[in-house]
Amino acid sequence: MEYEAVIGMEVHVELNTASKMFCSCSTRFHAPPNTNVCPICLGMPGVLPVMNKRAVEFAVAAGLALNCTIARWSKMDRKNYFYPDLAKNYQISQYDLPLCHDGCIQITVNGETKRIGITRAHLEEDTARNTHTLGGGVSGIDFNRSGVPLLEIVTEPDISSADEAFAYLTQLKRILQYLEVSDCNMEEGSLRAEANVSIRPAGAKEFGVKTEVKNVASFSGVQKAIEFEIARQRQLLDEGGTILQETRGWDADRGITVSQRSKESAHDYRYFPEPDLVPLAVDEAWEAKIRETLPELPRARWTRLQEEYGLSAYDADVLTASRGMADYFEITVKAGAAAKPAANWIMGDLQALLVKTGVAIETCKVSSGELAAMIRLIDDGTISGKIAKDVLLEMFETGKSAKSIVEARGLVQISDENELTKVVASVVAANPGPVDDFRNGKEKALGFLVGQVMKATKGKANPKLVNDILMKALER
Amino acid sequence: MSREWYRLTAHELRDAVRSGETTAAEVTQSFLNRIKAVDGKVQAYTDVWEDHALRQAEKVDAKLKRGEDAGPLAGVPVGVKDVFCTKVGTTTCCSKILKGYRSPFDATIIEKLDAAGGIFLGKLNMDEFAMGSSTENSAVQITHNPWNLACVPGGSSGGSAAAIAADECAIALGSDTGGSIRQPAACCGCVGLKPTYGRVSRYGLVAFASSLDQVGPFTKDMKDMALALNVLCGLDPRDSTSSDTPVPDFTRALRDDVSDITVGLPKEYFTDALGGDVRTRVEAAVNVLKGLGAKVIDVSLPHTDYAIAVYYIICTAEASANLARFDGVRYGYRSPNVTDVRDMYVNSKTEAFGPEVRRRIMLGTYVLSSGYYDAYYLKAQKVRTLIRQDFQKAFEKCDVILTPTSPTPAFKLGEKTADPLEMYLSDIYTISVNLASIPGMSMPCGLTESGLPVGLQILGKPFDEETVLRVGYTYEQHRNLEMGVPPIA
Repeated sequence: MEYEAVIGMEVHVELNTASKMFCSCSTRFHAPPNTNVCPICLGMPGVLPVMNKRAVEFAVAAGLALNCTIARWSKMDRKNYFYPDLAKNYQISQYDLPLCHDGCIQITVNGETKRIGITRAHLEEDTARNTHTLGGGVSGIDFNRSGVPLLEIVTEPDISSADEAFAYLTQLKRILQYLEVSDCNMEEGSLRAEANVSIRPAGAKEFGVKTEVKNVASFSGVQKAIEFEIARQRQLLDEGGTILQETRGWDADRGITVSQRSKESAHDYRYFPEPDLVPLAVDEAWEAKIRETLPELPRARWTRLQEEYGLSAYDADVLTASRGMADYFEITVKAGAAAKPAANWIMGDLQALLVKTGVAIETCKVSSGELAAMIRLIDDGTISGKIAKDVLLEMFETGKSAKSIVEARGLVQISDENELTKVVASVVAANPGPVDDFRNGKEKALGFLVGQVMKATKGKANPKLVNDILMKALER
Repeated sequence: MSREWYRLTAHELRDAVRSGETTAAEVTQSFLNRIKAVDGKVQAYTDVWEDHALRQAEKVDAKLKRGEDAGPLAGVPVGVKDVFCTKVGTTTCCSKILKGYRSPFDATIIEKLDAAGGIFLGKLNMDEFAMGSSTENSAVQITHNPWNLACVPGGSSGGSAAAIAADECAIALGSDTGGSIRQPAACCGCVGLKPTYGRVSRYGLVAFASSLDQVGPFTKDMKDMALALNVLCGLDPRDSTSSDTPVPDFTRALRDDVSDITVGLPKEYFTDALGGDVRTRVEAAVNVLKGLGAKVIDVSLPHTDYAIAVYYIICTAEASANLARFDGVRYGYRSPNVTDVRDMYVNSKTEAFGPEVRRRIMLGTYVLSSGYYDAYYLKAQKVRTLIRQDFQKAFEKCDVILTPTSPTPAFKLGEKTADPLEMYLSDIYTISVNLASIPGMSMPCGLTESGLPVGLQILGKPFDEETVLRVGYTYEQHRNLEMGVPPIA
């Protein structure tokens, strides 16, 4: 039978406020265990929470970027369950009145654009972190994470494939990073994604039974886990089996999902309004003020880069992967580089160097102005594109200007026809075999001869001129 | 030869210390001696901070010697209900689960009283986690009523009320979730006031029911009450539910005049069920005010009958979450009989919480459970709104509402411990006040034939403690009562 998949995503992101949601403790990630703690985030008797205003502003900014309606009036609720990583044995969260609701984002997969509805985005506090690797039968709890503000973003079941889920996560992460409200670092746990996956006969109206896929450590992991889960459910149905509503963990090593908890043992969280906090009121003025702070969002920038600079959809996508890279590109162009070469250099050689060294584009030693200057040296024939690769490497390592490197290393391109004609003549004379080959129709031999000229000039020869002169010499 | 300073009121002590007539150290020593003499019988204190109190007194004396302002309560000895977090000593809520627990911080009101020159004498007994009306639910000890040692002091702040009545401190701190300040104040013949919800910071008050809990003082007279409120009230950035309503100088409300006051008597409270000495003493008090020119009218609080049911749904729901943190993981009692995490939770709580606390946690868990939430918790919240509206409507016609504080005077120790419902009815006149978040005060209005104090409850509009104080003060000036002193004295 033909099936279609119905997928909804739940994503938790840690908001990168300086302090926690209800106390003034730092949210810094790599601190030694239990050093960013106080009576409030440890749930000591007698403490009270006080809402972090920045966390609300970050959540509203995210909600606006996700095209959500911001609730004029919402509230916090207590979600009750017992677990050692939960200091108060209740989590302060939002139940029936989320801060942000009814939004959407656009994704593009294989050239097709699709709207993914956002059901809600609500604020809650993170839990502590349990460690069971201390040995000696001892479990440790690190409360540094306890009380870090979280935004939980829930989609409508609008996602139909693993690829769409991947695109959704990529786009969501991009938006949140543009807003600078979260690091969205899955390895450090500042972004956690869960997928609700079900399948149904193609065209059917009713939903199938869903499973909740957890424990995924990367976007590609989410993609693989969903692919596996769809295939598993399909096979199960084809074999006449039934799908159980359950939570399944992704086992990345084995590439399968494993049953963790069935619906029957699901918690009754006994939600009720948090009496220690006053209702959350975001009036129009405050919302407008937050809206003013929003940067141009990735989707809008993606469209604009194509229109304004004539870039391909692909190039615009790569360049808008981060706000830093898009900024870098635009400043490079403003500094006088043509758009297409600027895009190519940034997406190609520079990006490769950044990935290799782990340096962020914002902190790399090659300023966008200097990259533009380098591209201009290629344009005006001072250096060849091939030489420029070496120049960029040195710029990246030392932070020196392209011009000073070219001058210091004598890399100025040889465009003197007389000089090049002499070199070509000696190469032709020294390589009678390849010359004959070419004249006998072996086009490949030309490349060899060009290479010999470049070798003789230490790569400085103007490649176009070399080609022209060599062709003339060979025609004789 | 030192005087019996412990007999004086807070304002008398403050004046004597400031004027140099005595020292904070001498006053403190006088109270410490008094505690040694009588607390063996009363058992109000669970912990006496002798050294700390004397050190604090020395600091106050040193300040005065240097000519500095030592604060509006300079040298005034204060007793602290064990529900407040204090860096000194332990903070146990008189529960086995917090036995030996030391708080890393002081409650906001402790900081305020310290800055005002108050001297902390120690911690006072209470019903475990403030759940009870007789202080018999304390896991530490039984407190006896100074007026009759065979009787309860009321609760949950029974230690605080008894300590004031027995002259073991000049101001005592209490908390009131459903009557826990006013009912013991009535039982022990002292003044106890629960301010408007939000008037006093709850930071450092170990929570029982967050939307109902409020902090308040016990004093010997109205002037001390005004002084104490001046220190305690005000916005606290650490408590989001505390109010930014401006705090007046409450001593200016102490005016001997009720000629422009309308007193409301809720007919639902003065039913045939209210009889005996309590009724006659309260009616006599109403007549005193009437004689001074107050207008007295009947008002109606039609949803009164539902108050106890609503209260025991809301307070237990909130308590079930507030007390969840006592799990043996980070602090407090942990059962030694444990093989896994679930055992640790279940056994620690079962072994260390008393029966009333366990009962309320179970009730609260039940009313919040899926399938029951709408029928219990949600409905209770709606009725709470109706009760609040009852008071709003009544206060359109009157300035204060007068009621008995409790339907009976202090009862015998052990008399109601077997019947929780009977115990809950002790708070029938006080509970609605917390549900409506309004201020309420109990002050003595005479003794029964058997020599037990009767409490008059004065209720005010939200944030209008001033009118409550004014009516109480006027009554105090004219009540012509010889309360005498408790036999313990």
